[in-house]
Amino acid sequence: MSEKVVDLQNLTIDLAREAIASGKTTATELAELHYDRIASLDGKINSFLALSRVRALTQARKIDEMAAKGEVLPPLAGVPVGIKDVLVMQGAPATAGSLILKGYRPSYDATVVAKLEAAGATLLGKLNCDEFAMGSSNENSAYGPVLNPRDLGRVPGGSSGGSAAAVAANFATATLGTDTGGSIRQPAAFCGVVGVLPTYGRVSRYGLIAFASSLDRVGPLTKTVKDAARVLQVIAGKDVMDATSSSRPVHDYVGELANPVEGLRIGVPEEYFGEGLDSEIRRAIDATIDGLKMVGCVVKPVSLPHTKYAIPTYYVIATAEASSNLSRFDGVRFGLRAEEANTLSAMFRKTRDQGFGAEVKRRILLGTYALSAGYYDAYYRKAQQVRTLLTRDFMTAFADVDVLVAPVTPTPAFKLGEKTDDPVQMYLEDIYSVAASLAGICGISVPCGQTKEGLPIGVQIMAKHFDEATMLRVGQAVEKQQAQ
Amino acid sequence: MKEQVGVTLDDVRRVAELANLELTVEEEPKMQRDLNAILGHIDQLNELDTAGVPAMAQVGEMLDGTLLSRGETLRTDEIRPSLDRSEVMSSAPETDGRFFKVPKVIER
Repeated sequence: MSEKVVDLQNLTIDLAREAIASGKTTATELAELHYDRIASLDGKINSFLALSRVRALTQARKIDEMAAKGEVLPPLAGVPVGIKDVLVMQGAPATAGSLILKGYRPSYDATVVAKLEAAGATLLGKLNCDEFAMGSSNENSAYGPVLNPRDLGRVPGGSSGGSAAAVAANFATATLGTDTGGSIRQPAAFCGVVGVLPTYGRVSRYGLIAFASSLDRVGPLTKTVKDAARVLQVIAGKDVMDATSSSRPVHDYVGELANPVEGLRIGVPEEYFGEGLDSEIRRAIDATIDGLKMVGCVVKPVSLPHTKYAIPTYYVIATAEASSNLSRFDGVRFGLRAEEANTLSAMFRKTRDQGFGAEVKRRILLGTYALSAGYYDAYYRKAQQVRTLLTRDFMTAFADVDVLVAPVTPTPAFKLGEKTDDPVQMYLEDIYSVAASLAGICGISVPCGQTKEGLPIGVQIMAKHFDEATMLRVGQAVEKQQAQ
Repeated sequence: MKEQVGVTLDDVRRVAELANLELTVEEEPKMQRDLNAILGHIDQLNELDTAGVPAMAQVGEMLDGTLLSRGETLRTDEIRPSLDRSEVMSSAPETDGRFFKVPKVIER
């Protein structure tokens, strides 16, 4: 194996594919190298909940046979990827980080999973996350927290904590996460990787265990912006199995990365730089904006006046939808069933009490309360109206600028246990990410430096609906500036 | 907006019942405290006058154009294969292969 050893640290999609095509390595060897690394190092980090070794190696052999015959390899040939455990993979456990789904092995693939495999990727396994994707620190997983590979005393962010940590620890070249209020972008920022929130409707959600259906999105986490573009290229597009997926044409994301950023108008929303923003993060974002100016972008201050209402709006809408979506977990069709109940209604209640963790119960209660008689107009309808105002803020801003540049998070990765006792403090972690979620626009987190302590900092680039191409282009400009 | 008196323990129990959750006696006061803290934060939405502002359920309706030009279409109504029944049923905690079995439904 000596001459075939691949540098996992800097392994990108193109490098993996080229190394396999040229015979420098094989898809099988790449998969084994990743499994070896997971076996020796993931015991501490806890990013994988299940490994799908047979499926991965079957796929790898298929790719190797193609390479041996000199066939043209598919775009993700032999690329080792991991899947957040809220997305289903046929025959593999799907827990959503919850006890209530313990033992459940779905009989089908999520569309995004099938698309990745059809594009040649090897599916390594399922990644840890906050229970039902509810959390900002990955401390709400029933299977234990994920630790941040950059500092094991700190959280990796959430809810796609396993997806971000696995990329940061070089356990996978790319992973899929999901983002309802920041769950891809925030862990990407905390772990120092790239994370993309595609536009609402851009990527199919068939096979995603739903949290809040008007907000949930699936997107990639990778080491580079180009890799994110490659994965997005594969998973984007209409799916007949998801009525909310859009049939708008998918851009050539990778091809359009070659276009210059010169002349692009960059909006800097003043509300994202207020009280509570860590000074080191502010400096890093300011430097990023200066760097974009130097490559010819035009920087303009903009205002998104309703930003401070995004968190309260989000926590009404997301919990209301969750209370409805999570009613399907009742011990009848899959997963856990409480044994000691002798009537149906007692079985429902006991199963749900034993199966759900505290944060999930808290959100179901809040959502049920907000939808209950007498409170619907005051909470749910009010929040839906404010959602309109928040979305109009973005529409107005995008009439003048091409992208918005802002922090992803107010602070770098915090310590384990630091915020678990105060749900409001934990929710405020999402202050810079939830508005884009409510408005349905796309966003990306790109590493843009680190704190004195060595913790990663991410910059968020947001673009209008279905303009992922421009967003990725600016993301790559930031990445180039970082490499200098 | 209703008079805000805060969530009581009885409210917590009522909502838990609506949500088919059975909270332990230790959980109830903790949930009461948390709900009040979160709802207190949510109350700032009342600073905004939203009279005449349309409610937004999801983003599609905010985008210009017709349903079709926005890329929102319904699939054609045609028969397609479903998931394999025996595989689906094998995920159930209790089944006879054709039906899901549950404890008795009608309580006396």
